[in-house]
Amino acid sequence: MNVTVLRAGVQTTVQDLGRHGLQRFGVPVSGAMDAYSLTVANLLVGNQAADAALEMTLDGATLQFDGDALIAIAGADLAPRLDDHPLPELRPLWVRSGSRVRFGMSRRGCRAYLAVAGGFDVPVVLASRATYLRGGFGGLSGRALKQGDRLAVSAPQAVRFPGLRAQLDASDSGFAAPHWSASAHPERLDRDPQRIRFVPGRHWEALDAEARNRFLHAEYRVAAASDRMGYRLDGGTLANAGAGSVPSESTAFGTIQLPPDGNPIVLMAERQTTGGYPRIGEVAGADLALLAQLRPGARLCFERIALGEAQRLWHQQAAALAQIGASVAANMAQ
Amino acid sequence: MSDAPPSLSFLPLGDRALLVEFGEQPDPAVSDRVSALTAWLDRHPLAGVTDLVPAMCSLALHYDPEAWQGDDPARTPYDRLVSALQAVVPQVPAVPQRVGAVIEIPVVYGGEFGEDLAELARACGLAPEEVVAIHSATVYTVYMLGFAPGFAYLGPLDARLSLPRRDTPRTRVPAGSVAVANAFTAVYPAELPGGWHLIGRTPLTLFDLGRDPPARLAAGNRVRFVPVDAARFHELGAAQ
Repeated sequence: MNVTVLRAGVQTTVQDLGRHGLQRFGVPVSGAMDAYSLTVANLLVGNQAADAALEMTLDGATLQFDGDALIAIAGADLAPRLDDHPLPELRPLWVRSGSRVRFGMSRRGCRAYLAVAGGFDVPVVLASRATYLRGGFGGLSGRALKQGDRLAVSAPQAVRFPGLRAQLDASDSGFAAPHWSASAHPERLDRDPQRIRFVPGRHWEALDAEARNRFLHAEYRVAAASDRMGYRLDGGTLANAGAGSVPSESTAFGTIQLPPDGNPIVLMAERQTTGGYPRIGEVAGADLALLAQLRPGARLCFERIALGEAQRLWHQQAAALAQIGASVAANMAQ
Repeated sequence: MSDAPPSLSFLPLGDRALLVEFGEQPDPAVSDRVSALTAWLDRHPLAGVTDLVPAMCSLALHYDPEAWQGDDPARTPYDRLVSALQAVVPQVPAVPQRVGAVIEIPVVYGGEFGEDLAELARACGLAPEEVVAIHSATVYTVYMLGFAPGFAYLGPLDARLSLPRRDTPRTRVPAGSVAVANAFTAVYPAELPGGWHLIGRTPLTLFDLGRDPPARLAAGNRVRFVPVDAARFHELGAAQ
Protein backbone atom coordinates (compact mmCIF):
# COMPACT_ATOMS: atom_id res chain seq x y z
CA MET A 1 0.00 0.00 0.00
CA ASN A 2 1.08 3.56 -0.68
CA VAL A 3 0.17 6.91 0.80
CA THR A 4 0.19 9.98 -1.43
CA VAL A 5 0.84 13.40 0.04
CA LEU A 6 -1.80 15.74 -1.39
CA ARG A 7 -0.77 18.60 0.90
CA ALA A 8 2.38 18.51 3.00
CA GLY A 9 1.61 20.97 5.81
CA VAL A 10 4.23 23.11 7.57
CA GLN A 11 6.72 20.40 8.48
CA THR A 12 5.72 16.77 8.12
CA THR A 13 8.51 14.23 8.57
CA VAL A 14 8.92 10.48 8.92
CA GLN A 15 10.12 9.75 12.46
CA ASP A 16 10.68 6.82 14.77
CA LEU A 17 12.28 6.61 18.22
CA GLY A 18 15.63 7.78 16.84
CA ARG A 19 19.09 6.72 15.86
CA HIS A 20 20.78 5.13 18.87
CA GLY A 21 24.33 3.87 19.24
CA LEU A 22 25.94 6.36 16.85
CA GLN A 23 26.19 9.49 19.00
CA ARG A 24 29.86 8.63 19.53
CA PHE A 25 30.37 9.43 15.82
CA GLY A 26 28.57 12.75 16.19
CA VAL A 27 25.32 11.42 14.71
CA PRO A 28 22.29 13.03 16.41
CA VAL A 29 19.54 10.78 17.76
CA SER A 30 16.74 12.73 16.04
CA GLY A 31 13.39 10.85 16.05
CA ALA A 32 10.00 12.00 17.34
CA MET A 33 9.85 15.19 19.39
CA ASP A 34 6.93 13.71 21.35
CA ALA A 35 8.10 10.09 21.55
CA TYR A 36 5.23 9.26 23.91
CA SER A 37 2.56 10.14 21.32
CA LEU A 38 4.44 8.43 18.47
CA THR A 39 4.61 5.30 20.63
CA VAL A 40 0.91 5.44 21.52
CA ALA A 41 -0.07 5.82 17.85
CA ASN A 42 2.14 2.86 16.88
CA LEU A 43 0.85 0.62 19.69
CA LEU A 44 -2.78 1.34 18.76
CA VAL A 45 -2.30 -0.14 15.28
CA GLY A 46 -0.35 -3.13 16.60
CA ASN A 47 3.08 -1.82 15.54
CA GLN A 48 6.32 -1.91 17.48
CA ALA A 49 6.88 1.28 19.49
CA ALA A 50 9.85 2.16 17.28
CA ASP A 51 8.17 1.77 13.88
CA ALA A 52 8.17 4.78 11.56
CA ALA A 53 5.21 7.16 11.67
CA LEU A 54 4.53 10.74 10.55
CA GLU A 55 5.17 13.79 12.71
CA MET A 56 3.10 16.82 11.66
CA THR A 57 3.72 20.30 13.00
CA LEU A 58 1.14 23.07 13.66
CA ASP A 59 -0.58 22.68 10.28
CA GLY A 60 -0.90 19.11 9.11
CA ALA A 61 -0.95 17.16 5.88
CA THR A 62 -3.64 15.74 3.58
CA LEU A 63 -2.95 12.10 2.78
CA GLN A 64 -4.60 9.64 0.43
CA PHE A 65 -4.41 5.90 1.01
CA ASP A 66 -4.57 3.59 -2.01
CA GLY A 67 -5.79 0.64 0.07
CA ASP A 68 -7.90 0.06 3.18
CA ALA A 69 -5.64 1.20 6.02
CA LEU A 70 -5.50 0.80 9.78
CA ILE A 71 -4.29 4.08 11.26
CA ALA A 72 -4.12 5.88 14.62
CA ILE A 73 -3.63 9.53 15.56
CA ALA A 74 -2.09 10.89 18.78
CA GLY A 75 -0.49 14.07 20.12
CA ALA A 76 -1.66 17.54 19.09
CA ASP A 77 -5.20 18.11 17.86
CA LEU A 78 -4.76 19.16 14.23
CA ALA A 79 -8.50 18.80 13.54
CA PRO A 80 -8.21 15.46 11.67
CA ARG A 81 -11.02 14.59 9.25
CA LEU A 82 -11.74 11.84 6.80
CA ASP A 83 -13.23 13.73 3.88
CA ASP A 84 -15.80 15.73 5.89
CA HIS A 85 -16.11 13.53 8.99
CA PRO A 86 -14.09 14.37 12.12
CA LEU A 87 -11.72 11.53 13.07
CA PRO A 88 -11.29 10.54 16.71
CA GLU A 89 -7.79 10.38 18.15
CA LEU A 90 -6.21 7.71 20.35
CA ARG A 91 -7.94 4.69 18.82
CA PRO A 92 -7.39 2.32 15.91
CA LEU A 93 -9.24 3.50 12.79
CA TRP A 94 -9.86 1.48 9.66
CA VAL A 95 -10.13 3.90 6.74
CA ARG A 96 -11.44 2.99 3.30
CA SER A 97 -9.21 2.83 0.24
CA GLY A 98 -9.11 6.11 -1.67
CA SER A 99 -10.25 8.24 1.24
CA ARG A 100 -8.43 11.42 2.16
CA VAL A 101 -7.23 12.00 5.71
CA ARG A 102 -6.89 15.74 6.26
CA PHE A 103 -5.17 17.55 9.08
CA GLY A 104 -5.53 21.30 9.54
CA MET A 105 -4.36 23.99 11.91
CA SER A 106 -3.63 22.97 15.48
CA ARG A 107 -6.41 23.45 17.99
CA ARG A 108 -4.28 22.13 20.86
CA GLY A 109 -0.58 21.30 21.04
CA CYS A 110 2.06 21.50 18.35
CA ARG A 111 2.83 18.03 16.95
CA ALA A 112 0.47 15.26 15.84
CA TYR A 113 1.48 11.70 14.97
CA LEU A 114 -0.11 9.39 12.45
CA ALA A 115 0.83 5.72 12.52
CA VAL A 116 -0.27 3.11 10.00
CA ALA A 117 -0.30 -0.64 10.59
CA GLY A 118 2.98 -2.07 9.28
CA GLY A 119 4.81 1.26 9.52
CA PHE A 120 6.10 3.59 6.81
CA ASP A 121 8.67 1.79 4.71
CA VAL A 122 11.46 4.27 4.05
CA PRO A 123 15.07 3.05 3.91
CA VAL A 124 16.85 2.39 7.20
CA VAL A 125 19.84 4.78 7.35
CA LEU A 126 22.30 4.21 10.19
CA ALA A 127 19.91 1.94 12.07
CA SER A 128 16.86 4.21 11.96
CA ARG A 129 14.14 5.58 9.67
CA ALA A 130 14.07 8.95 11.48
CA THR A 131 14.49 12.09 9.39
CA TYR A 132 17.54 14.16 10.40
CA LEU A 133 16.72 17.45 8.71
CA ARG A 134 20.03 19.28 9.22
CA GLY A 135 22.10 16.30 8.10
CA GLY A 136 19.77 15.63 5.17
CA PHE A 137 19.42 11.90 5.71
CA GLY A 138 16.87 9.41 7.02
CA GLY A 139 13.11 9.50 6.46
CA LEU A 140 12.11 10.31 2.89
CA SER A 141 15.29 11.60 1.20
CA GLY A 142 16.38 13.33 4.41
CA ARG A 143 13.76 16.07 4.15
CA ALA A 144 10.25 17.11 5.14
CA LEU A 145 7.47 15.75 2.94
CA LYS A 146 6.35 17.68 -0.16
CA GLN A 147 3.15 17.65 -2.14
CA GLY A 148 3.14 14.68 -4.52
CA ASP A 149 5.41 12.46 -2.40
CA ARG A 150 4.46 8.80 -2.14
CA LEU A 151 5.28 6.74 0.91
CA ALA A 152 5.21 2.95 0.93
CA VAL A 153 3.68 1.10 3.89
CA SER A 154 4.97 -2.30 5.02
CA ALA A 155 2.29 -4.99 4.94
CA PRO A 156 1.49 -6.44 8.39
CA GLN A 157 1.62 -10.24 8.58
CA ALA A 158 -2.03 -10.57 9.58
CA VAL A 159 -5.06 -8.28 9.41
CA ARG A 160 -5.33 -6.42 12.70
CA PHE A 161 -8.76 -5.62 14.15
CA PRO A 162 -10.58 -7.67 11.43
CA GLY A 163 -13.96 -7.10 13.13
CA LEU A 164 -13.49 -3.38 12.81
CA ARG A 165 -12.48 -3.73 9.20
CA ALA A 166 -15.67 -5.68 8.50
CA GLN A 167 -17.64 -2.62 9.65
CA LEU A 168 -16.07 -0.52 6.89
CA ASP A 169 -18.49 -1.81 4.25
CA ALA A 170 -21.50 -0.59 6.19
CA SER A 171 -19.89 2.67 7.20
CA ASP A 172 -21.25 5.93 5.74
CA SER A 173 -18.28 7.91 6.95
CA GLY A 174 -15.59 5.83 5.25
CA PHE A 175 -13.98 4.79 8.51
CA ALA A 176 -14.64 2.43 11.42
CA ALA A 177 -13.56 3.10 15.00
CA PRO A 178 -14.07 1.17 18.23
CA HIS A 179 -15.99 2.66 21.14
CA TRP A 180 -12.96 2.62 23.39
CA SER A 181 -9.91 4.82 23.22
CA ALA A 182 -6.49 4.80 24.86
CA SER A 183 -6.13 7.13 27.82
CA ALA A 184 -4.69 10.51 26.95
CA HIS A 185 -1.36 11.77 28.30
CA PRO A 186 -1.77 12.06 32.09
CA GLU A 187 -0.91 15.77 31.96
CA ARG A 188 -2.94 18.35 30.04
CA LEU A 189 -1.35 19.57 26.82
CA ASP A 190 -3.04 22.96 27.05
CA ARG A 191 -2.07 24.03 30.55
CA ASP A 192 -1.00 27.69 30.42
CA PRO A 193 1.67 28.22 31.47
CA GLN A 194 2.74 24.60 31.09
CA ARG A 195 4.67 23.17 34.03
CA ILE A 196 7.90 21.47 33.03
CA ARG A 197 9.75 19.50 35.70
CA PHE A 198 13.54 19.31 35.63
CA VAL A 199 16.45 17.77 37.51
CA PRO A 200 19.31 20.15 38.37
CA GLY A 201 22.42 19.64 36.26
CA ARG A 202 26.17 20.01 36.66
CA HIS A 203 26.16 23.83 36.76
CA TRP A 204 22.99 24.45 38.74
CA GLU A 205 24.93 25.15 41.93
CA ALA A 206 27.35 27.39 40.00
CA LEU A 207 24.51 29.83 39.35
CA ASP A 208 24.13 32.47 42.04
CA ALA A 209 21.08 32.33 44.29
CA GLU A 210 19.33 35.10 42.40
CA ALA A 211 19.74 33.34 39.05
CA ARG A 212 18.48 30.05 40.50
CA ASN A 213 15.50 31.80 42.02
CA ARG A 214 14.77 33.57 38.79
CA PHE A 215 14.82 30.33 36.79
CA LEU A 216 12.41 28.71 39.25
CA HIS A 217 9.94 31.61 39.17
CA ALA A 218 10.24 33.08 35.68
CA GLU A 219 7.50 32.59 33.14
CA TYR A 220 9.27 31.68 29.90
CA ARG A 221 7.99 31.71 26.34
CA VAL A 222 9.09 29.38 23.56
CA ALA A 223 10.92 31.73 21.17
CA ALA A 224 10.13 31.84 17.46
CA ALA A 225 13.63 30.57 16.61
CA SER A 226 12.86 27.19 18.20
CA ASP A 227 12.94 24.01 16.14
CA ARG A 228 13.48 20.25 16.35
CA MET A 229 17.06 20.85 17.48
CA GLY A 230 16.36 23.15 20.41
CA TYR A 231 13.85 25.40 22.14
CA ARG A 232 15.10 28.91 22.85
CA LEU A 233 13.40 30.49 25.82
CA ASP A 234 12.55 34.16 26.40
CA GLY A 235 11.51 35.65 29.69
CA GLY A 236 14.21 35.25 32.31
CA THR A 237 17.82 36.06 31.44
CA LEU A 238 20.13 34.49 34.02
CA ALA A 239 23.43 35.96 35.17
CA ASN A 240 25.97 33.38 34.09
CA ALA A 241 28.33 33.95 37.02
CA GLY A 242 31.28 31.65 37.32
CA ALA A 243 30.09 29.23 34.70
CA GLY A 244 31.92 29.89 31.45
CA SER A 245 32.33 27.27 28.82
CA VAL A 246 33.38 23.81 29.93
CA PRO A 247 35.08 20.86 28.22
CA SER A 248 32.48 19.52 25.80
CA GLU A 249 30.46 16.58 27.01
CA SER A 250 27.50 14.52 25.88
CA THR A 251 24.10 16.20 25.75
CA ALA A 252 20.68 14.67 26.40
CA PHE A 253 17.14 15.24 25.11
CA GLY A 254 16.01 17.91 27.56
CA THR A 255 19.40 19.34 28.53
CA ILE A 256 18.92 22.99 29.56
CA GLN A 257 21.98 24.90 28.35
CA LEU A 258 22.92 28.39 29.41
CA PRO A 259 24.86 30.19 26.66
CA PRO A 260 26.76 33.43 27.45
CA ASP A 261 23.72 35.64 26.74
CA GLY A 262 21.94 34.04 29.73
CA ASN A 263 18.85 32.89 27.80
CA PRO A 264 18.31 29.15 28.33
CA ILE A 265 18.07 26.72 25.42
CA VAL A 266 16.46 23.30 25.88
CA LEU A 267 17.99 20.68 23.57
CA MET A 268 15.36 18.66 21.73
CA ALA A 269 15.17 15.56 19.50
CA GLU A 270 17.60 16.71 16.79
CA ARG A 271 20.16 18.17 19.22
CA GLN A 272 23.87 17.94 18.52
CA THR A 273 25.51 15.11 20.41
CA THR A 274 27.94 17.19 22.49
CA GLY A 275 27.97 20.66 23.97
CA GLY A 276 30.25 22.95 25.94
CA TYR A 277 27.79 25.45 27.41
CA PRO A 278 26.97 25.28 31.11
CA ARG A 279 24.27 22.70 31.77
CA ILE A 280 21.87 23.93 34.45
CA GLY A 281 19.50 20.99 34.30
CA GLU A 282 17.69 18.31 32.33
CA VAL A 283 13.94 18.20 31.73
CA ALA A 284 12.36 15.10 33.26
CA GLY A 285 11.98 12.45 30.55
CA ALA A 286 8.30 12.11 31.42
CA ASP A 287 7.71 15.82 30.64
CA LEU A 288 9.49 15.91 27.26
CA ALA A 289 6.21 15.09 25.52
CA LEU A 290 4.61 18.15 27.13
CA LEU A 291 7.52 20.35 26.12
CA ALA A 292 7.43 19.06 22.54
CA GLN A 293 3.76 20.05 22.36
CA LEU A 294 4.50 23.71 23.18
CA ARG A 295 4.45 25.92 20.11
CA PRO A 296 6.41 29.14 19.61
CA GLY A 297 4.92 31.77 21.91
CA ALA A 298 3.57 29.21 24.42
CA ARG A 299 4.27 29.87 28.09
CA LEU A 300 6.06 27.53 30.49
CA CYS A 301 7.57 27.52 33.95
CA PHE A 302 10.04 25.14 35.52
CA GLU A 303 9.64 23.05 38.65
CA ARG A 304 12.65 21.45 40.28
CA ILE A 305 12.40 17.76 41.18
CA ALA A 306 14.89 15.18 42.42
CA LEU A 307 16.44 12.58 40.11
CA GLY A 308 14.63 9.76 41.93
CA GLU A 309 11.28 11.48 41.36
CA ALA A 310 12.06 11.95 37.66
CA GLN A 311 12.93 8.27 37.32
CA ARG A 312 9.73 7.31 39.17
CA LEU A 313 7.69 9.44 36.70
CA TRP A 314 9.50 7.78 33.79
CA HIS A 315 8.66 4.36 35.21
CA GLN A 316 4.98 5.36 35.46
CA GLN A 317 4.98 6.49 31.85
CA ALA A 318 6.66 3.26 30.71
CA ALA A 319 4.03 1.27 32.63
CA ALA A 320 1.20 3.26 31.01
CA LEU A 321 2.60 2.54 27.55
CA ALA A 322 3.03 -1.16 28.37
CA GLN A 323 -0.62 -1.20 29.47
CA ILE A 324 -1.77 0.26 26.15
CA GLY A 325 0.36 -2.27 24.26
CA ALA A 326 -1.10 -5.16 26.28
CA SER A 327 -4.73 -4.06 25.77
CA VAL A 328 -4.24 -3.69 22.04
CA ALA A 329 -2.52 -7.08 21.81
CA ALA A 330 -5.46 -8.68 23.64
CA ASN A 331 -8.03 -7.19 21.24
CA MET A 332 -6.21 -6.99 17.94
CA ALA A 333 -7.33 -10.39 16.62
CA GLN A 334 -11.01 -9.54 17.06
CA MET B 1 54.44 12.60 40.31
CA SER B 2 51.50 12.19 42.62
CA ASP B 3 50.47 8.98 44.37
CA ALA B 4 46.86 10.13 44.56
CA PRO B 5 44.48 7.85 42.68
CA PRO B 6 43.37 9.31 39.36
CA SER B 7 40.21 11.36 39.63
CA LEU B 8 36.92 9.60 38.94
CA SER B 9 33.39 10.81 39.52
CA PHE B 10 29.86 9.97 38.49
CA LEU B 11 27.11 12.47 37.84
CA PRO B 12 23.65 12.34 36.34
CA LEU B 13 22.89 13.74 32.89
CA GLY B 14 19.15 13.86 33.46
CA ASP B 15 17.08 10.77 34.29
CA ARG B 16 18.21 8.61 31.35
CA ALA B 17 21.95 9.25 31.07
CA LEU B 18 24.96 9.63 33.33
CA LEU B 19 28.55 10.79 33.06
CA VAL B 20 31.70 9.06 34.23
CA GLU B 21 34.25 11.84 34.56
CA PHE B 22 38.03 11.33 34.59
CA GLY B 23 39.38 14.86 34.85
CA GLU B 24 38.66 18.54 34.40
CA GLN B 25 40.82 19.43 31.40
CA PRO B 26 41.26 17.43 28.22
CA ASP B 27 44.63 15.79 27.71
CA PRO B 28 45.76 12.52 26.12
CA ALA B 29 45.99 10.68 29.48
CA VAL B 30 42.40 11.60 30.44
CA SER B 31 41.30 10.72 26.92
CA ASP B 32 42.98 7.31 27.20
CA ARG B 33 41.01 6.52 30.35
CA VAL B 34 37.78 7.57 28.61
CA SER B 35 38.65 5.36 25.62
CA ALA B 36 39.65 2.42 27.81
CA LEU B 37 36.30 2.40 29.61
CA THR B 38 34.44 2.84 26.30
CA ALA B 39 36.29 -0.15 24.82
CA TRP B 40 35.63 -2.22 27.96
CA LEU B 41 31.90 -1.46 27.90
CA ASP B 42 31.78 -2.28 24.19
CA ARG B 43 33.09 -5.74 25.03
CA HIS B 44 31.09 -6.14 28.27
CA PRO B 45 27.81 -4.28 27.60
CA LEU B 46 25.62 -3.23 30.51
CA ALA B 47 21.86 -3.80 30.36
CA GLY B 48 19.74 -1.05 28.84
CA VAL B 49 22.66 1.12 27.69
CA THR B 50 21.81 2.51 24.24
CA ASP B 51 24.70 4.91 23.61
CA LEU B 52 28.25 5.36 24.87
CA VAL B 53 29.42 8.90 24.17
CA PRO B 54 33.10 9.56 24.90
CA ALA B 55 33.93 13.26 25.22
CA MET B 56 36.78 15.51 26.35
CA CYS B 57 36.93 14.36 29.98
CA SER B 58 33.97 12.06 30.40
CA LEU B 59 32.11 9.07 29.06
CA ALA B 60 28.32 9.34 28.90
CA LEU B 61 26.10 6.28 29.19
CA HIS B 62 22.60 6.79 27.82
CA TYR B 63 20.37 4.14 29.37
CA ASP B 64 16.81 2.99 29.82
CA PRO B 65 16.02 3.28 33.54
CA GLU B 66 13.53 0.43 33.13
CA ALA B 67 16.50 -1.93 32.83
CA TRP B 68 17.72 -0.83 36.28
CA GLN B 69 14.52 -0.97 38.33
CA GLY B 70 14.75 -2.90 41.58
CA ASP B 71 12.86 -3.75 44.74
CA ASP B 72 14.40 -1.21 47.11
CA PRO B 73 12.57 2.09 46.48
CA ALA B 74 15.35 4.02 48.23
CA ARG B 75 17.76 3.11 45.42
CA THR B 76 17.12 4.67 42.04
CA PRO B 77 17.99 3.14 38.66
CA TYR B 78 20.83 5.71 38.59
CA ASP B 79 22.17 4.42 41.93
CA ARG B 80 22.12 0.85 40.67
CA LEU B 81 23.89 1.64 37.41
CA VAL B 82 26.56 3.65 39.24
CA SER B 83 27.15 0.68 41.57
CA ALA B 84 27.59 -1.58 38.57
CA LEU B 85 30.10 0.85 37.06
CA GLN B 86 32.02 1.18 40.32
CA ALA B 87 32.49 -2.59 40.24
CA VAL B 88 33.70 -2.45 36.63
CA VAL B 89 36.12 0.49 36.71
CA PRO B 90 38.92 -1.17 38.76
CA GLN B 91 39.14 -3.94 36.13
CA VAL B 92 39.59 -1.52 33.26
CA PRO B 93 43.19 -0.81 32.17
CA ALA B 94 44.24 2.86 32.27
CA VAL B 95 45.27 2.75 28.62
CA PRO B 96 43.11 1.26 25.86
CA GLN B 97 44.40 -1.57 23.74
CA ARG B 98 44.74 0.36 20.54
CA VAL B 99 43.85 -1.31 17.28
CA GLY B 100 45.83 -0.20 14.25
CA ALA B 101 48.51 2.37 13.60
CA VAL B 102 48.54 6.16 13.50
CA ILE B 103 45.98 7.33 10.94
CA GLU B 104 47.55 9.64 8.36
CA ILE B 105 45.50 12.48 6.91
CA PRO B 106 46.96 14.12 3.79
CA VAL B 107 46.58 17.92 3.77
CA VAL B 108 47.31 20.70 1.32
CA TYR B 109 48.18 23.66 3.54
CA GLY B 110 47.49 27.33 2.74
CA GLY B 111 46.41 29.18 -0.38
CA GLU B 112 42.91 28.43 -1.62
CA PHE B 113 43.00 25.23 0.48
CA GLY B 114 43.58 27.01 3.79
CA GLU B 115 42.52 30.63 3.54
CA ASP B 116 43.51 31.60 7.09
CA LEU B 117 47.02 30.15 7.15
CA ALA B 118 48.84 33.42 6.44
CA GLU B 119 46.71 35.41 8.88
CA LEU B 120 47.07 32.78 11.62
CA ALA B 121 50.84 32.67 11.12
CA ARG B 122 51.00 36.46 11.48
CA ALA B 123 48.85 36.39 14.63
CA CYS B 124 51.09 33.68 16.13
CA GLY B 125 54.34 35.45 15.13
CA LEU B 126 55.41 32.56 12.89
CA ALA B 127 56.11 32.01 9.21
CA PRO B 128 53.41 29.97 7.38
CA GLU B 129 55.97 27.18 6.82
CA GLU B 130 56.57 27.04 10.58
CA VAL B 131 52.84 26.68 11.23
CA VAL B 132 52.73 23.77 8.76
CA ALA B 133 55.80 22.16 10.33
CA ILE B 134 54.40 22.44 13.85
CA HIS B 135 50.89 21.31 12.91
CA SER B 136 52.10 18.27 10.98
CA ALA B 137 54.75 17.22 13.56
CA THR B 138 52.31 16.27 16.32
CA VAL B 139 50.60 12.92 16.73
CA TYR B 140 47.13 13.94 17.90
CA THR B 141 44.61 12.03 19.98
CA VAL B 142 40.95 12.06 18.90
CA TYR B 143 39.32 13.36 22.09
CA MET B 144 35.77 13.05 20.82
CA LEU B 145 33.37 13.45 17.91
CA GLY B 146 30.60 16.03 18.13
CA PHE B 147 29.16 19.23 16.65
CA ALA B 148 28.22 17.40 13.42
CA PRO B 149 28.38 13.80 12.15
CA GLY B 150 32.03 12.78 11.81
CA PHE B 151 33.48 16.02 13.27
CA ALA B 152 36.49 14.98 15.41
CA TYR B 153 38.19 17.18 18.02
CA LEU B 154 41.94 16.41 18.03
CA GLY B 155 44.53 17.51 20.55
CA PRO B 156 46.70 18.63 22.07
CA LEU B 157 47.36 21.50 19.67
CA ASP B 158 50.83 23.03 20.10
CA ALA B 159 50.36 26.15 22.26
CA ARG B 160 52.20 28.23 19.65
CA LEU B 161 49.21 27.71 17.29
CA SER B 162 46.48 28.37 19.82
CA LEU B 163 44.11 31.23 18.99
CA PRO B 164 40.49 31.83 19.99
CA ARG B 165 37.88 31.25 17.31
CA ARG B 166 37.29 33.88 14.64
CA ASP B 167 35.12 36.81 15.73
CA THR B 168 32.72 36.18 12.88
CA PRO B 169 32.08 32.53 12.02
CA ARG B 170 31.82 31.58 8.35
CA THR B 171 28.41 30.41 7.23
CA ARG B 172 30.02 27.83 4.90
CA VAL B 173 33.28 26.05 5.56
CA PRO B 174 34.21 23.65 2.72
CA ALA B 175 34.14 19.90 3.42
CA GLY B 176 37.60 18.55 4.25
CA SER B 177 38.85 21.84 5.75
CA VAL B 178 41.58 21.34 8.35
CA ALA B 179 41.21 23.94 11.06
CA VAL B 180 42.48 25.04 14.47
CA ALA B 181 40.97 26.90 17.41
CA ASN B 182 41.92 27.13 21.09
CA ALA B 183 43.62 23.87 22.08
CA PHE B 184 42.22 21.75 19.23
CA THR B 185 42.51 20.93 15.58
CA ALA B 186 39.77 19.32 13.46
CA VAL B 187 38.68 18.36 9.96
CA TYR B 188 35.26 19.51 8.73
CA PRO B 189 33.56 16.32 7.46
CA ALA B 190 30.98 18.22 5.40
CA GLU B 191 30.23 21.78 4.35
CA LEU B 192 29.19 23.39 7.63
CA PRO B 193 29.11 26.76 9.34
CA GLY B 194 32.20 27.28 11.48
CA GLY B 195 34.39 29.75 13.35
CA TRP B 196 37.72 27.90 13.33
CA HIS B 197 40.83 29.09 11.44
CA LEU B 198 41.18 27.20 8.16
CA ILE B 199 44.79 26.19 7.45
CA GLY B 200 44.40 23.43 4.87
CA ARG B 201 42.16 20.82 3.28
CA THR B 202 42.17 17.04 2.95
CA PRO B 203 40.66 15.10 0.06
CA LEU B 204 39.66 12.26 2.41
CA THR B 205 35.98 11.65 3.12
CA LEU B 206 35.60 11.73 6.90
CA PHE B 207 31.92 10.73 7.07
CA ASP B 208 30.13 8.34 4.74
CA LEU B 209 26.60 6.98 5.32
CA GLY B 210 27.50 3.89 3.31
CA ARG B 211 30.35 2.84 5.60
CA ASP B 212 30.19 0.99 8.90
CA PRO B 213 31.06 2.81 11.06
CA PRO B 214 30.11 5.93 9.11
CA ALA B 215 32.97 8.02 10.55
CA ARG B 216 36.63 7.49 9.60
CA LEU B 217 37.83 8.61 13.05
CA ALA B 218 36.75 7.42 16.51
CA ALA B 219 37.58 8.73 19.98
CA GLY B 220 40.95 7.36 21.09
CA ASN B 221 42.47 7.13 17.59
CA ARG B 222 45.92 8.63 16.97
CA VAL B 223 46.17 10.91 13.95
CA ARG B 224 48.95 12.70 12.04
CA PHE B 225 48.58 15.28 9.25
CA VAL B 226 50.85 14.76 6.25
CA PRO B 227 51.55 17.75 3.96
CA VAL B 228 50.88 17.04 0.26
CA ASP B 229 50.70 19.24 -2.84
CA ALA B 230 47.64 20.12 -4.90
CA ALA B 231 48.37 17.48 -7.55
CA ARG B 232 48.44 14.73 -4.92
CA PHE B 233 45.23 16.18 -3.40
CA HIS B 234 43.36 15.74 -6.68
CA GLU B 235 44.86 12.29 -7.21
CA LEU B 236 43.75 11.12 -3.78
CA GLY B 237 40.33 12.73 -4.16
CA ALA B 238 39.76 10.94 -7.46
CA ALA B 239 40.93 7.61 -6.04
CA GLN B 240 38.26 7.42 -3.32
